[in-house]
Amino acid sequence: MILQVADLHTYIGEFHILQGISLAVPEGGATVVLGRNGAGKTTVLRTIMGLLRPHSGEIRFAGQPIAGLPAHVIARRGLGYVPEDHGIFSGLTVEENLRLAMRGQQKEERLAGMLALFPELQAAWRKRAGSLSGGQKQMLAIGRVLLTESRLLLIDEPSKGLAPLIVEKVAQALNEIKKETTIVLVEQNFNLARTVGDFCSVIDDGRTVWSGGMSELAANGEILHRYLGIGRRSEKA
Amino acid sequence: MDTFINLFTNGIATGMAVFLLAVGLSIIFGLMSVLNLSHGALFMWGAYVGAWIFGLTHNFLLAVLGAVFAGAVIGTILERVTISRVYGNHILQLLLTMGLMIVLGELIKVVWGPNILISPVPQILSGSWDFGGIILIKFRMFTIAVGLLVALAVYLLLKRTMLGIVVRAGVENPEMVQALGFDIRKVFTLVFALGAGLAALGGAIMGPLGGAISPSMGLDNQLLAFVVVVIGGLGSFVGSLAGALLVGLIGAFVAWFIPEAALAVNVLLMAVVLLLKPTGLFGGGGV
Repeated sequence: MILQVADLHTYIGEFHILQGISLAVPEGGATVVLGRNGAGKTTVLRTIMGLLRPHSGEIRFAGQPIAGLPAHVIARRGLGYVPEDHGIFSGLTVEENLRLAMRGQQKEERLAGMLALFPELQAAWRKRAGSLSGGQKQMLAIGRVLLTESRLLLIDEPSKGLAPLIVEKVAQALNEIKKETTIVLVEQNFNLARTVGDFCSVIDDGRTVWSGGMSELAANGEILHRYLGIGRRSEKA
Repeated sequence: MDTFINLFTNGIATGMAVFLLAVGLSIIFGLMSVLNLSHGALFMWGAYVGAWIFGLTHNFLLAVLGAVFAGAVIGTILERVTISRVYGNHILQLLLTMGLMIVLGELIKVVWGPNILISPVPQILSGSWDFGGIILIKFRMFTIAVGLLVALAVYLLLKRTMLGIVVRAGVENPEMVQALGFDIRKVFTLVFALGAGLAALGGAIMGPLGGAISPSMGLDNQLLAFVVVVIGGLGSFVGSLAGALLVGLIGAFVAWFIPEAALAVNVLLMAVVLLLKPTGLFGGGGV
């Protein structure tokens, strides 16, 4: 397993948001974290990335404990993060946004590979990132994290606010990326999750309630309905 | 015409000295969200250390460099030892930096006494040039030149270097800068030290520009610097420069006609900008 999370508890202020999250992410492919609004999905990613301090529990990346380390140390160890709001710097150009992530000896090769995946970014090279469309911003955010030499990417709701056609493009890109880099994806859009995900964890009220293969989840009507509100209507409705 | 040129160069020179104080204040606020009420004290320490070294050595370059070094060192100590402990808590920041302002001001009195001291202009920069009847005072022109050079250097630092990109990104979203692998705390300390060094440079130049230094000069000029950053926009480099020149010019011209109203007019201008554009003339668009 490239990432193992065991019995993770996180508070935001006085609120006990994560109340025992466990995740096991195998190396290679994409693991999707699913759950309703407010289930704690974003908090899981932010805690793993070091942007929130865990109250208790264990997080191991490539066998090493990382819980409680500062975010910049975790990033340098090989975790990349794309937040829900893209996290791009609007006042900087596309080039400057990408330069912030370029490191390592193979940075030029990585840049060329990334631009082959997102050619739109080449055309917008000197534009201010704030002037890009929603889809371009998402591509910039994902493209930027690809330059960081990360072994594991934490990507939070890449489909949020995007038109269906753009979501399809994002899904294609993620399917390309996961061939070389492991992805943990938080997603509300079940179609995108199913297209990209190989493994899946469902969380509810800050706890992991189900884990398994994506095809198993797609066939499990009970879990889909109870925790994700997908499938047959409830009896009261 | 003579009076106009005199007031104009005086206004621009004063504006440049205030810019050196305001630019650090503005970027420190933009990046670290710290409204540093002790920034004026660093300006004052620059003025006193500069005048002290000049008195000992009669070497103005050494005096200015010593002042900048002292400002940067004091700034680094303040950030590391005190201010870094209250990030994210604005009430504590205001109380702490106000306390630091008082302590640093009182220390000036302990070291150099409470009275006004003369801060002479170095021989090489004293006097004036006469261009066919147009009199240009040398030290004012020197101040304008230093201000322009510093503005250019800060601009190039922010726009052309990796540190500048990190700072500009940090002003927008410090958390994301960390998630990209940069230790934002180190960047905070560096920017604070740089801002403190620039404030001290402003003080070292303001001393000879005004001819005298006193333990109240920190607070007086800090008030002007706040007016500048509010008018220009907190966190905006261009706003600091434009705001400082505007404040310097308005101060000089109003003071010629109604000396008592100079500060009041600038504060009034700040109030108008706050009402019409609360983010300042150049605020809200990054550094």
